[in-house]
Amino acid sequence: MSSLDFDVAHLLSGLMVLVCFLMLYQDRLYSLLNTFALHAVVLALAVAWQAYIQAAPHLYVTAAIALLFKGGFIPIALHRLIRRMEIHREVEIVGGVGVTMLFGLALVALSISVMLPVTSSAGTLAREDLAFALSVVLLGLLMMITRRNAVSQVVGFMTLENGLVLAATGAKGMPLVVEISVAFSILIAFIVIGIFLFRIRERFDTVDVSALDTFRGDRQ
Amino acid sequence: MALISDYLVQGVQMLLVLALAPLVTGVVRKVKARLLRRRGASVWQPYRDLLRLIRKEAVIAENASWLFRAAPYLIFAATWVAASLAPTFASGLMFSWAADLIAIVALLGSARFFQTLAGLDIGTSFGGIGSSREVMIASLAEPALLMVAFTLSLLAHSTQLSSIIEVTQSPAVGLRISLAMVLVSLVLVALAENARIPVDNPATHLELTMVHEAMVLEYSGRHLAMIEFGAALKLLLYMSLIGGIFVPVGMARSGDPWPAYFVGMGAYVAKLGVGAVALGVFETAIAKMRVFRVPEFLGGALMLGFLAILLLFVSRGHL
Amino acid sequence: MNLSVLSAAIWSIVALLALSACGAVAARTRLAQVLIYPLCAAICAAIGALALWGLLRGGSESLVLPLGVPWIGSHFRLDALAALFLAIVGFGGCAASVYAIGYGRHEAAPARVLPFYPAFLAGMSLVVLAGDAFTFLVSWEFMSVMSWALVMAHHKEPGNTLAGYVYLVMASFGTLALLLAFGLLAGPEGHYDFASMRDLVGARPLAGVALMLALVGTGSKAGLVPLHVWLPLAHPAAPSHVSALMSGIMTKVAIYGFIRIAFDLLGPPQWWWSVALLSAGAVTAVVGLLYALLQDDLKRLLAYSTVENIGIIFLGLGLALAFKANGMGEAAALALVASLLHAINHATFKSLLFFGAGSVLSATGERDLAAMGGLIHRLPFTAALMLVGAAAISALPPLNGFVSEWLLFQAILISPSLPQWLLKFLTPAAGAMLALAAALAAACFVRAYGMAFLGRPRSPAAETAREVDGFQIGAMSMLALGCLLIGILPGPVLDALAPIARVLVGQALPAQSGQPWLMLAPLADHRSSYDGLMVFAFIAVSAAASALLVRAVAAKAMRRAPAWDCGFPDPRPATQYSPSSFAQPLRRVFGALVFGARERVEMPAPGTTGPARFTLRIHDFVWEGLYLPIAAGVGRIAERLNHLQFLTIRQYLSLVFGALVLLLTLLTVWR
Repeated sequence: MSSLDFDVAHLLSGLMVLVCFLMLYQDRLYSLLNTFALHAVVLALAVAWQAYIQAAPHLYVTAAIALLFKGGFIPIALHRLIRRMEIHREVEIVGGVGVTMLFGLALVALSISVMLPVTSSAGTLAREDLAFALSVVLLGLLMMITRRNAVSQVVGFMTLENGLVLAATGAKGMPLVVEISVAFSILIAFIVIGIFLFRIRERFDTVDVSALDTFRGDRQ
Repeated sequence: MALISDYLVQGVQMLLVLALAPLVTGVVRKVKARLLRRRGASVWQPYRDLLRLIRKEAVIAENASWLFRAAPYLIFAATWVAASLAPTFASGLMFSWAADLIAIVALLGSARFFQTLAGLDIGTSFGGIGSSREVMIASLAEPALLMVAFTLSLLAHSTQLSSIIEVTQSPAVGLRISLAMVLVSLVLVALAENARIPVDNPATHLELTMVHEAMVLEYSGRHLAMIEFGAALKLLLYMSLIGGIFVPVGMARSGDPWPAYFVGMGAYVAKLGVGAVALGVFETAIAKMRVFRVPEFLGGALMLGFLAILLLFVSRGHL
Repeated sequence: MNLSVLSAAIWSIVALLALSACGAVAARTRLAQVLIYPLCAAICAAIGALALWGLLRGGSESLVLPLGVPWIGSHFRLDALAALFLAIVGFGGCAASVYAIGYGRHEAAPARVLPFYPAFLAGMSLVVLAGDAFTFLVSWEFMSVMSWALVMAHHKEPGNTLAGYVYLVMASFGTLALLLAFGLLAGPEGHYDFASMRDLVGARPLAGVALMLALVGTGSKAGLVPLHVWLPLAHPAAPSHVSALMSGIMTKVAIYGFIRIAFDLLGPPQWWWSVALLSAGAVTAVVGLLYALLQDDLKRLLAYSTVENIGIIFLGLGLALAFKANGMGEAAALALVASLLHAINHATFKSLLFFGAGSVLSATGERDLAAMGGLIHRLPFTAALMLVGAAAISALPPLNGFVSEWLLFQAILISPSLPQWLLKFLTPAAGAMLALAAALAAACFVRAYGMAFLGRPRSPAAETAREVDGFQIGAMSMLALGCLLIGILPGPVLDALAPIARVLVGQALPAQSGQPWLMLAPLADHRSSYDGLMVFAFIAVSAAASALLVRAVAAKAMRRAPAWDCGFPDPRPATQYSPSSFAQPLRRVFGALVFGARERVEMPAPGTTGPARFTLRIHDFVWEGLYLPIAAGVGRIAERLNHLQFLTIRQYLSLVFGALVLLLTLLTVWR
């Protein structure tokens, strides 16, 4: 593999981690969605680059799916949803940005130190992709934990899923079937969550998920 | 002969940074004015301002101490030394080994130490507000800068600016996400350290929003001139650092023939011009943030620096 | 009589002890009050000079005196490491004694200070020279008790009794930990002299536990978080020259103890030991400073800043251990030398700063920053010297604090070559913490200096202060000169430390004295270099040149006028920034996380005339989370045991009998 191939792949997957941090930094819903769209675009680029260097045309399909659905359709739909439901546009972060980002850094360090020694037999590119992908997954989870707002939890979930796709493309030869089923599962998740959002809102007049806790009686 | 030319080049750099610093400030102001559809003062106005201030009588407060009067010269000297030791148009200058990146950062820290003390000397509330906010900003900016230094030294195995530039000049450096992060981090820190928008507003005299201007409120005449000159030098220094490390195009190396130095100088002036215009555009496009958003802003720079280190570990494998 | 360096040093210590005895007998006489401090200064200077000679001459000497435990005797040993720390004790003690010649005149009760002061100096010297565990521990306890007596010199001032009590408890705890550590070090055969401990290498299964015990034992004396609680109480309570000794010198003796155990006696280290040191050091550095930033009491602020510097030194030692464990000799030498240099530097500038605080205290009677201000006009010399100290401790070039922190950063920058992933990530994080600590130190000392010496006087005492006498200024000038000299000429100092590194980590840095232009290039000059002399010369020349040039072309007129202050100057000093308002931005940034700080503002409704109220709640999590529960637990147990006081004789006898039987049973089971 030439050094340019490696450098660009490194650049793109590194960018994905970086954009995850940008998402953690956002405190407005719209900008969060835009950043998520950016994340999806970077993912599409990364996957496309993998398709190019691995000479695996089916990965182009994956890239196209990522670009269309996650970079275009879902953010736009969520934008509309927010406008229609008149959701409060500031994201409430549990803990605070600084602490969350510090925690995120620790997660990245953790995933690197877990992945690199374990996969030392694999190729450099695969190792690196796996390390970054695990970071993205963990950061997505972190976002789901630290946000109270349901919309940003959805975004966190989809970020996590982006990480999975990155991991799958890095480990050569994910079948297209898997890819398509993953794409469908996101779509279904999106629909379910959309319905879920409407239901929460109908019941509680807010999309703050802590309202559910109160209802369940956890927070007496 | 080689020794003499080494001294000469070093001397030229010391004078060059002095000569160019006010011009950079002038260009930034001009760009901002033009973008706001004002005509703006001439780019040479900062020189005239400095001259005017020097010629004027200095008025100082009744209870000002010797520290207040000595501080402007110390601030100016520390900043000037830092700017002279950083690479501008050529790397590997005569005395460039006297201070590496960390020492240059610390020299600016010395300047800030006296600046903040001078802000407290008269015992006015504005001086206090400026100094206390300045130390808050600095306490976050310095770790971020260290992370930048750490990443660069990880790449270059050196904190010497000349060695770092040698590495970034070589094709081996490649495309690295870490370098991009470090660049962003350095730019964020530079904005904060130079009291630019969105952290501070160099043009404001609206009391509650200012940091740097509040500290120097009591200065006038030649003392104010030295401080303003120091601030211009600091801006130039950061631009040189960013330009030198990340866009080392055209920079001469020690031992190059004479024409290389002239090419380097031309490239340097061009880089400064681009930097000044970019700063002007950026400052016009963005709004100042609340003071207590600044920690998050600089915290972001620190995170970026640290992330850059982590990613660099990955890209180098088992370093 | 063999007049070796070691025996001369021991005779000097004996002289100090004799002086202490004289002090005890004759403390109330005028003669003793006049003579004791100069004599101490002379003896300490002699000790310092002897130690320095021993350090430069190289080699080691040992001596066995028929004292203490009969069949063991007392071993004393002077090697390069001991010589360095003996020099620190000697010169630090000398400066403190010179300072005390002037400062001691303000002492209300000299009889409470004079007998203990020479004994305290002797105790510290003995710890450094000790060559076996018994001598070490006895000297250590002696040093602790003497310093405790000095802390209690002003026992009538509010808070000092508590300080003394906490100090005593923590000192006993520390000694206990050290005792256990030495027990483990001695091995099953019970070798209590250091020479045979060294030979036991490899036959020691619990080396890690011994290291942790040593860390706790010496860390509690040096002020490692969370064992630091006594330090900011006790150090400020003592008279200022003793505060300087305790903060500047005694903490170094504790560091010496740790280096002796961890690098010398324990044998080859494990890499994970350094994890504990690195994290404890980094946390200590940052937390210590954040505490310091919130203090209004000048001496307590300095004590907290000592905590910070101890953190930095331990961080460096941890790094040295990590490199040593991985066989990276040169890097280990760099980290070790950086820590040692920082120990020297801290002894210098912290003594200077405590002397300054003492001068301010004797001139104004105030320790509270909020009651000072404008002292630069009343105490010009003290102000100038304190400025040097404040700049040095803030790690600003070209002074000495910067050199050691720069070396430490260089050592941190080598850390990516370490093979362990944990260390790879931990060390940059520790580096970021170190940079944070350095920047916060600058903030802290800008605040301390600005509030005390700059601005307008906030109290009548500050308005009428008078400059202190020549001895105090002389002592401070010596130290300030030291700060500058080590800062601009660090090369010879590093070369003097080389033999220590060679013994402890097996390798030394390349010689620095031969470098061109007296620059410092610890590894290789293309990697990193710094030249304090050149930077100093550049700054001095360019400041002077610009000042002269501006004066030549500028209008020379200068007018004094009322302060401008945006047009609304208020003559009342209360309108200045106060110490707590200066700390407010940093408190808002870090306070919520570290101290659980909560601010509440109650504004009266418009139209009402009630006062607005601002409440700030700050928690000391270490104190509330660790010490108070322990204290409560001990209290509860003590209450349970209380009724043991009221037993009949028969019951007491049965208790003793039960214990005897239990011990005998244990003995049989153990066999």
